Amino acid sequence: MAVAALLVLVALPLAPTLVGSYVVTLLTLIFFYGYLGQAWNIVGGYAGQLSAGHAAFLGIGAYACAVLAVEKGLTPWIGMFVGGALAAVLGTLIGFLGFRFGLRGFYFVLLTVAFAEICRIVASNVDAIGGAVGYYITFTGDPRQFQFQDARAYYYIALVLMLGATGLVAWLERRRFGVYLSAIREDEGACEALGVDTFRYKMLAMMLSSFLTGIGGAFYAFYVFSLQPASVFGIPLSVEIIIRAVVGGAGTVAGPIVGSFILSPLAELARHYFAQSGWHGAHLIVYGALLIAVVLFLPEGAYPRLARLLRR
Amino acid sequence: MTAPTLLETRGLVKHFGGVQAVAGLDLTMAEGEVLGLIGPNGAGKTTVFNLLSGFLSPNSGSIHFRGRSVRGLKPHAICRLGLARTFQIVRPFARLSVLDNVMVGALARHPEAPRARERARAVIEGLGLGPKASQPAGGLTLPERKRLELARALATEPTLLLLDEVMAGLNATEIATLVALIGEIHRGGVSILLIEHNMRAVMALSHRIVVLNFGETVTEGPPAVVANDPRVVEAYLGEDYAAASPPR
Repeated sequence: MAVAALLVLVALPLAPTLVGSYVVTLLTLIFFYGYLGQAWNIVGGYAGQLSAGHAAFLGIGAYACAVLAVEKGLTPWIGMFVGGALAAVLGTLIGFLGFRFGLRGFYFVLLTVAFAEICRIVASNVDAIGGAVGYYITFTGDPRQFQFQDARAYYYIALVLMLGATGLVAWLERRRFGVYLSAIREDEGACEALGVDTFRYKMLAMMLSSFLTGIGGAFYAFYVFSLQPASVFGIPLSVEIIIRAVVGGAGTVAGPIVGSFILSPLAELARHYFAQSGWHGAHLIVYGALLIAVVLFLPEGAYPRLARLLRR
Repeated sequence: MTAPTLLETRGLVKHFGGVQAVAGLDLTMAEGEVLGLIGPNGAGKTTVFNLLSGFLSPNSGSIHFRGRSVRGLKPHAICRLGLARTFQIVRPFARLSVLDNVMVGALARHPEAPRARERARAVIEGLGLGPKASQPAGGLTLPERKRLELARALATEPTLLLLDEVMAGLNATEIATLVALIGEIHRGGVSILLIEHNMRAVMALSHRIVVLNFGETVTEGPPAVVANDPRVVEAYLGEDYAAASPPR
């Protein structure tokens, strides 16, 4: 197990020099969605609070960073933290409303979806940030503006994001914070009886998760160079984030990464194939089918099963 | 020569709609005491536990624990003051290991994970769950789950432990073991308030017994006295039965 992980760690930084640009793009997407899945994993996987509106955090991070860079000349290297902070503010608000008033299960899901939809509708109607047409960033290729001629730069940044978030989660998992979050997922009442301030820890999980997702939004903005409200705030993106963690194994360190390695290539191939045949969005049907299969046959996700197989 | 008061409620009232679950309860516990709380089903025993541990807030009345009012405090804050409880229907963190379950309790006193893990391991060993430490709690048998429930509460290092029917569902041997274990915990300096239907256990453990019916104290006193009180028989079996029972 450890040897395999080490080999992957050594291989990943070297990969761009060995493989073609299409594979580099694919791996970049795998890392990026792995990162987003890991950010969601903190609140959704460990703490068990099913946010289905993480697109809202990504969208806010993306728009904030892009608008600050284009309109105010603030470098995205700083802007990404501003975007993350703004996403965390929204995360705090959603978390407060949900946790203070005891919204659980489906009701929390609905609350998070509602906020993401509000963000989408607002962004679609504010002309200053492009409205429904979207917001565009002119490509200059200036690294100080988080723009790179060489696609491999994005590859490395996405890799660092994914490994950084994963390292953070692995570290937190072993500490009080991580143990408390997992216990909250299992039984909040029992946690309270054992001295756990469940409200506080759920809030912290939500803040951290939304902050990291907001930073991911900054990466998205300067990787894609165009932001459409429907794609950055839309429900499909939230689903893309969740499904990686769930398929790989929510509440495990490696789950979102494994999930992203399974799903991102599949999504790209399906998207490509279906788009060519004029079946736009049909890849979501593949997702749905896969999710049903995972829930039925691998309810803990792929990673726990994989880990057991490798240990034999 | 009386020990200082540990827990005191005055005029505690809780109603659910039209149902008076607790009707003006005055309850006092001294430090170091083992108090048994008995009464028929629906007498309000578990509601009393929920009020004391902060899971419910009373409609009126006061609760003082170690001299300070805990009314209106959240359960986690009350736990940190040293009042821990178990649940009648055990609530293990099913997908966490036995060790992690107990560690959640230990973290209340030892924020550093390694220290908390060490403490949790000691508690687990003390309760004979050692061999199960790394297993998921969801796979434990009922007697083991009952012990885990106890272990988690103990790991929070309470001054007062509220035990809600920890004997229920256990066989005679398991009950004897658990009674011995609870005796040991008490000797370790923990005061205990227990709700228990198993009379043998409650008689063996309690210094004093309070009988509850319709949310009120029917009688209280040493186990031997309470067991022979006709009002207790009446509370459990109904007035007719008490009247029909032969005079002693």
